[in-house]
Amino acid sequence: MKVEQISVFLENKAGRLAEVADVLGRKGINIRALSLADTTDFGILRLIVNDREGAKKALKEAGFTVGITQVIAVEVEDKPGGLAKILKLLASEGINVEYMYAFVERSSGNAVLIFKFEDLDKAIEILKGHGVKVIPGERVYSL
Amino acid sequence: MIWNDEFETMPREALEALQLKRLRAVVERVYATVPFYRRRLDEAGVTPDSIKSLEDLQRIPFTTKDDLRENYPYGLFAVPLKQVVRIHASSGTTGKPTVVGYTRRDLETWAELMARSLASAGTTKDDVVHNAYGYGLFTGGLGAHYGAERIGATVIPMSGGNSRRQVMVLQDFGSTVITCTPSYALHLAEVAEEMGVDPKSTKLRVGVLGAEPWTEEMRREIEERWNMQAIDIYGLSEIIGPGVSIECEEAKYGLHIFEDHFIPEIIDPETGEVLPHGEEGELVITTITKEAFPVLRYRTRDITSLIPEPCICGRTLVRMKRVKGRTDDMLIIRGVNVFPSQIEEIIMGTEGVEPHYLLIVDRDPETRLDTLEVQVEVSEEIFSDEVRRLQTLARKMERNIKEMLGISAKVKLVEPRTIQRFEGKAKRVIDNRKLS
Repeated sequence: MKVEQISVFLENKAGRLAEVADVLGRKGINIRALSLADTTDFGILRLIVNDREGAKKALKEAGFTVGITQVIAVEVEDKPGGLAKILKLLASEGINVEYMYAFVERSSGNAVLIFKFEDLDKAIEILKGHGVKVIPGERVYSL
Repeated sequence: MIWNDEFETMPREALEALQLKRLRAVVERVYATVPFYRRRLDEAGVTPDSIKSLEDLQRIPFTTKDDLRENYPYGLFAVPLKQVVRIHASSGTTGKPTVVGYTRRDLETWAELMARSLASAGTTKDDVVHNAYGYGLFTGGLGAHYGAERIGATVIPMSGGNSRRQVMVLQDFGSTVITCTPSYALHLAEVAEEMGVDPKSTKLRVGVLGAEPWTEEMRREIEERWNMQAIDIYGLSEIIGPGVSIECEEAKYGLHIFEDHFIPEIIDPETGEVLPHGEEGELVITTITKEAFPVLRYRTRDITSLIPEPCICGRTLVRMKRVKGRTDDMLIIRGVNVFPSQIEEIIMGTEGVEPHYLLIVDRDPETRLDTLEVQVEVSEEIFSDEVRRLQTLARKMERNIKEMLGISAKVKLVEPRTIQRFEGKAKRVIDNRKLS
């Protein structure tokens, strides 16, 4: 039920993000979702792509530090309160969100939330136990 | 002002005779008491009684910082520890410092030399001396302290740090002389201005500044901002601490070396050949009166040249030019000696970090303080998708550098292969301070 995310280390200097997009574009790799965490010195780019291995290889060859991280994708109806419901549930179970980002799926019109937790298995168990729709990696990559 | 007429203006011939007498005595003493020197002298075929002239000094092998390190901590002491009344230390190329000792007479000598130095800069018993050199293992603080006391000046033992308080004391206590590093003198001027205090309005008239390289431009700026004389002082703990040589207020050109205690030579750092006066090379010093920690032909790694021409101040002592640089990669950051290898050790000691780093030394245009940035490449091993983990790693390295070396550094994580690789030796340091 886990989703593999590509994480890329970026120095805070002009053109680095463009470089990543360019490398992936030239290899025909599609970006499904992304988020960028930034500090004064550096940034961490997090990507969900259709071809993880291809993306990792291409970025490494281009000189980037790349990691593959496991995250969880959750599908909720795209309407007010959808996110709040999930977050309240996690809070009441004492699960801390390391980071998250979201996008809207084209076909269903539902929102997809990407979560990183310290303990992914426990989070999956709790979410599923409450009837939350956790979607498998294969589906996310091909959305 | 000349503190000790007899020795500071001694005719060269008499001075050289005194040097030879003292040189013979020290060689004889270390040969008898320090196994390291006995072995070195034996290997070179030099017996103490074969030292017949000052030229014979050249037959004696050099002593290096490595030799000091290998004999850590007390191996080169020439007296039993019970006769040693003080220990000082400076940082070395590895985690271990270089340890030096002083007998009671050595402390007397040092106080005398610091009294001569401060007097040469114009200090008298009527002065209030604000001593902002660090007190502790570093020789700066206590060296200046005892010298100023010897003169009979009023000493304020400030030590380093807490700049706003320093400014308050400078102003309120009516200090007339300040002893600190040149960059700290500039920093204090900035802090004073921030506090609404005009540095020119203080009673300071002389700064005795050293323990780090500086330039004529810095001197001009310090003198203008504080409206005081800025005098260069030189020394190193391996020799005695500050008080090896000092500029005179009359010429402010070249630092008079106290040759009744030290014999200077300039050598070609590559070949070890002694160079004639006026030529630039590495300064080598032999201490001829030290008891606890005498050194024969110590390679200071400082680059300078000697000025043999007589000085307008009346001292007959030879002068050395302002130190121009180093023969090794040692950096002096806010008065602290730092070797890139020490930083490397700390970085490498952090789990998963690769030995690709770059040190960028600069001088903050606002605070006038030296800054050190350590760029470390982020390998896959240490990379994390979480900001917090990477920041924790950088802060941990900063903390280790602070703890081990006593300097504040900023660790910056950079992308791999952004640090230039060179064939053979990597360039590890970029010094943007433009001191030479």
